[in-house]
Amino acid sequence: MGERGVTTEQPQTLIEIAGLTKRFGSFVAVDNVSFTVAKGEVLGFLGPNGAGKSTTMRMLAGFMIPTAGRASICGQDVQTAAVAARRALGFLPEGAPTYPEMAVAGFLKFCAKIRGYTGSECDDRVAHAIGLTGLQGVRLQPVETLSKGFKRRVGLAQALLHNPPVLVLDEPTDGLDPNQKHEVRALIQQMAPEKAIVISTHILEEVDAVCSRAIVIANGRIVADGTPAELAQRHPSGKLDDVFRLLTTGMKDAA
Amino acid sequence: MRNIVTIADRELAAYFATPVATVFIVIFLALQGTLTFNLGNFFERDQADLNPFFTFIPWVFLLLIPAITMRLWAEERRLGTIELLLTLPITIWQAVVGKFLAAWLFCGIALLLTFPFILTVNYLGSPDNGVIASGYLGAMLIAGSFLAVGAAMSAATRNQVIAFVLAVAICFVFTVASYSLVTDFLSKNTPVLAEIARRLAILERFQAFTRGVISARDLVYFASFIGFWLFVNTVLVEQRKAD
Repeated sequence: MGERGVTTEQPQTLIEIAGLTKRFGSFVAVDNVSFTVAKGEVLGFLGPNGAGKSTTMRMLAGFMIPTAGRASICGQDVQTAAVAARRALGFLPEGAPTYPEMAVAGFLKFCAKIRGYTGSECDDRVAHAIGLTGLQGVRLQPVETLSKGFKRRVGLAQALLHNPPVLVLDEPTDGLDPNQKHEVRALIQQMAPEKAIVISTHILEEVDAVCSRAIVIANGRIVADGTPAELAQRHPSGKLDDVFRLLTTGMKDAA
Repeated sequence: MRNIVTIADRELAAYFATPVATVFIVIFLALQGTLTFNLGNFFERDQADLNPFFTFIPWVFLLLIPAITMRLWAEERRLGTIELLLTLPITIWQAVVGKFLAAWLFCGIALLLTFPFILTVNYLGSPDNGVIASGYLGAMLIAGSFLAVGAAMSAATRNQVIAFVLAVAICFVFTVASYSLVTDFLSKNTPVLAEIARRLAILERFQAFTRGVISARDLVYFASFIGFWLFVNTVLVEQRKAD
């Protein structure tokens, strides 16, 4: 992403979600969720398990077809201009799935080729992503032989490969040890000014550490949206942990 | 097109990175060899052709090809990689065709490894190698047809056993549709269906190839058959990818 000249004072909106709803039979997994994320923002997507975080991210990535509403990435609708939207997206799906029999470098090379890179540029992209995520030591190892933390980093490397303007990461630090968590957070912060980033997590310290904004989701609905500092004020104790519990269990008090 | 090649390339490498390739090829060659030499009376017939070989190949494919295809989409679902694959900047059609081509190429490799049969008949007599080539083309087309059915069934269900059974059943119906047992029964009750069954049947068209007859009509049939099932596959993946 090159330097942009003097265009607008307003930060660019790169992710736009409007009225997104997903029903499975009579169960409403995501209920009329709307938000936008601008360039330079790191949005923490919080909520208990089963609140609809992954479902929302899947719809944003264009993988799941919403029952109602729409999502767009860099102005491209994820359903009607799917391929264009996905070019601008780096997505880490839940559980960081990868092809188990492939070597790390081979897997990333496959992703790079699909992203349209060829020849030495393809190799450079793979090498760069491996460098960013600290996978040098395991480049030629099959993914299935790696520890959970390394697998997660392979998924992350795949999402960062093409230096996309939008990153959607479903639990990027799950399964990492404290040092690795620190590295990934540092990486996210370092990339933040140039990108719009959404990360889902249920680790609240992560929100304080990397997010410029947080959305709390419970039972498929947004129950809070603000900076981590604003959220913390929602509970007399001023602790995010307490706010989270208040918002996701005692919804009447929070609304 | 480049995306299709990239996907096919990855898929094909995956066959050989796992025991799938070895097991399939060894069982295919053993089964095909046993059937041709023993049940097919390859030597006793005293004729320099590969007719016994081609007689059994649709039935061996009927058993083995659904075993390859049952994991095609079900495995992506199980591993969650379908979410990765389908959020890359590709269309579903490209993924479907890429996977199909890789499986087809793999069957082609297995077929190529039956070359000792060709060497044997050429050593023992002087067969019409044009007819043999045409028979191999027919075998490739029947493999492609079964693969297309099987891949679509793999997209229809998460369960690999169900995908396998459904694929065998559908391929079997298309294979035997021209048998007199089927057409006689149909013409007694619904003559229209008997005619349709005869037209849709795979086996007769394959037998034309094994006699050395390559007609445009049969080629169009196989192309439409494969195209139709790849289309069904695409629709099923689109509908069920996130289920």
